[in-house]
Amino acid sequence: MSATQVATRPPVAKPAARRRPGRARRWRTAGAAAAFLSPSLVMLLAFWIGPMVGTLWVSLQDWNLIGTAEFVGFDNYTELAGDAGFRAALGHTLLYLAGYLPLVLILGLAVALLLDAKLPAMTLYRATFFLPVISSWVAVSLLWKWLLNPADGLVNRALGWVGVSGPGWWTDPQWAMPSVVLASAWKDVGFVAVILLAGLQAIPRDLLEAAALDGAGAWRKLRSITLPMLSPSLFFVTVISLINGFQVFDQVWVMTEGGPGGASTVVVQQIVEYAFSYGRVGYASAMSIVLFLVILAVTAVQLRLQRRWVHYE
Amino acid sequence: MSRTILRYAALTIGAIAMVGPFVWMVLTSVTGDTQLGRVDAPLLPDPATVDPYARLGDAFPFWRFAANSIGVAVASTLLQLFTSATAAYAFSRLRFRGSNLVFLLYLATMMIPMQVIIVPLFIEMRYLGLVDSYAGLLLPTVVSSFGVFMLRQAFMALPKELDEAAYVDGAGHVRVFAQVLLPLVAPALATFAVFAFMSSWNAFLWPLVIAQTEAHMTLPVGLSLLQGRYSTAWNVVMAGSTVSVLPILALYVFAQRYVVRGITFTGIKS
Repeated sequence: MSATQVATRPPVAKPAARRRPGRARRWRTAGAAAAFLSPSLVMLLAFWIGPMVGTLWVSLQDWNLIGTAEFVGFDNYTELAGDAGFRAALGHTLLYLAGYLPLVLILGLAVALLLDAKLPAMTLYRATFFLPVISSWVAVSLLWKWLLNPADGLVNRALGWVGVSGPGWWTDPQWAMPSVVLASAWKDVGFVAVILLAGLQAIPRDLLEAAALDGAGAWRKLRSITLPMLSPSLFFVTVISLINGFQVFDQVWVMTEGGPGGASTVVVQQIVEYAFSYGRVGYASAMSIVLFLVILAVTAVQLRLQRRWVHYE
Repeated sequence: MSRTILRYAALTIGAIAMVGPFVWMVLTSVTGDTQLGRVDAPLLPDPATVDPYARLGDAFPFWRFAANSIGVAVASTLLQLFTSATAAYAFSRLRFRGSNLVFLLYLATMMIPMQVIIVPLFIEMRYLGLVDSYAGLLLPTVVSSFGVFMLRQAFMALPKELDEAAYVDGAGHVRVFAQVLLPLVAPALATFAVFAFMSSWNAFLWPLVIAQTEAHMTLPVGLSLLQGRYSTAWNVVMAGSTVSVLPILALYVFAQRYVVRGITFTGIKS
């Protein structure tokens, strides 16, 4: 079956093979395609696309999973519009994003710039920034909950050594969300850095060297060459981070359980609670749809805005 | 020169900030109860003890959670490799009507987060009688459109002459797929396998919802409950966290370039 074997065959075989794409062969190919696609397609339809459509359907029902579902039209949505708890959860999610996004992007960019050098031990450094990325959110959240323990956590102990009395972190309504933001940014810096690093390494060196010859300083090179050339990667991590940020759940659930006093309740947590604690699956599905639409809208706006600042070659 | 020193200094500070918490996690996990939570306690546990690890199984079938995690992650990874590779073969090697449209459908599901479909997915599992079962844990994770996308790219990089040669030799699609092409995309398979294993091992939301008894809980779910029941025993909780991080750390050390390749792959394709 090697290529050399074919080459030694008489050339007659080729036209014969080319003539064949007739109806029979097309059907054979279609059959093969169906066979090769079916394992994934069946699962995809059953467990992703089906439920997606299902979300829409369930969101129009009043249903507690035990009795029968009752069609209520858009009642769930109108109720949602006046739900102060949902508005608060949406607000907390946005608050999370407002802290998390700038932090993770700026730190990630800084780390990527620092790692972008042909110097010894860079692989080792990269590996250290990657440790949190590969760990689970639950492990990272527990770790930070312990580090940020108000009385005896390492962070407040260290602050004590320099004479600062640390805040109550996740036990304080004011500091609960910042605690979650801190842990999340710490976990994701390495992810952002690695993607930006790949973008940085694709920038031609001679461009930067030419700029240096023209007398451009480090700051000028960063602003005029590196950042514009990096803009597709920056755009990508921004979109990904935003989409992920809207779905924030694990770290909130583990670190604060949405508290104290609901101060850090986020949208996904409300979906989970309404569906699985209060048994209002229709209402929870309506929340899912709203969340999905918000993500879709924000991503669409970003795609529109990218023309303003993203430069493709 | 001084610039290089500054670079290393900044990187070292960053590296300490990244590794330090993990060191603290391990140190806490070998600290005895009496020293735990005392603000004047020394940073290094004295004496160190493995007692927190021994106590992991006390309140929970902790090791059962770990075994469940391993089983589900391994099964999920193997199944994802199978479903993704076969689909990738169809999309890259077979010309059939509607192929682009179907591929678009796959891509579209990449944009649907688990969080959005979780309620109907749970309802579906209830109808199938799979709530609180291994099948319920596993089934939604056996297909990955990201995997299809990634492996399709790998297949497309292979010359078509390979298949043609095999066909002329009388091979069918199954043989071309399994014996000719699959070995050649081994690096992509490895990258995706590492990714699939990591995401299954670390998954939280779906296992939290679908596993209702301790028999079917995975490590992250078990851990999150561990802190609830052991609210003050941070040494035990950190021992559990250490146990949950170790396998993934070993995998990372072993397969570092695949992990980084997988991450950058998602970046390059933007």
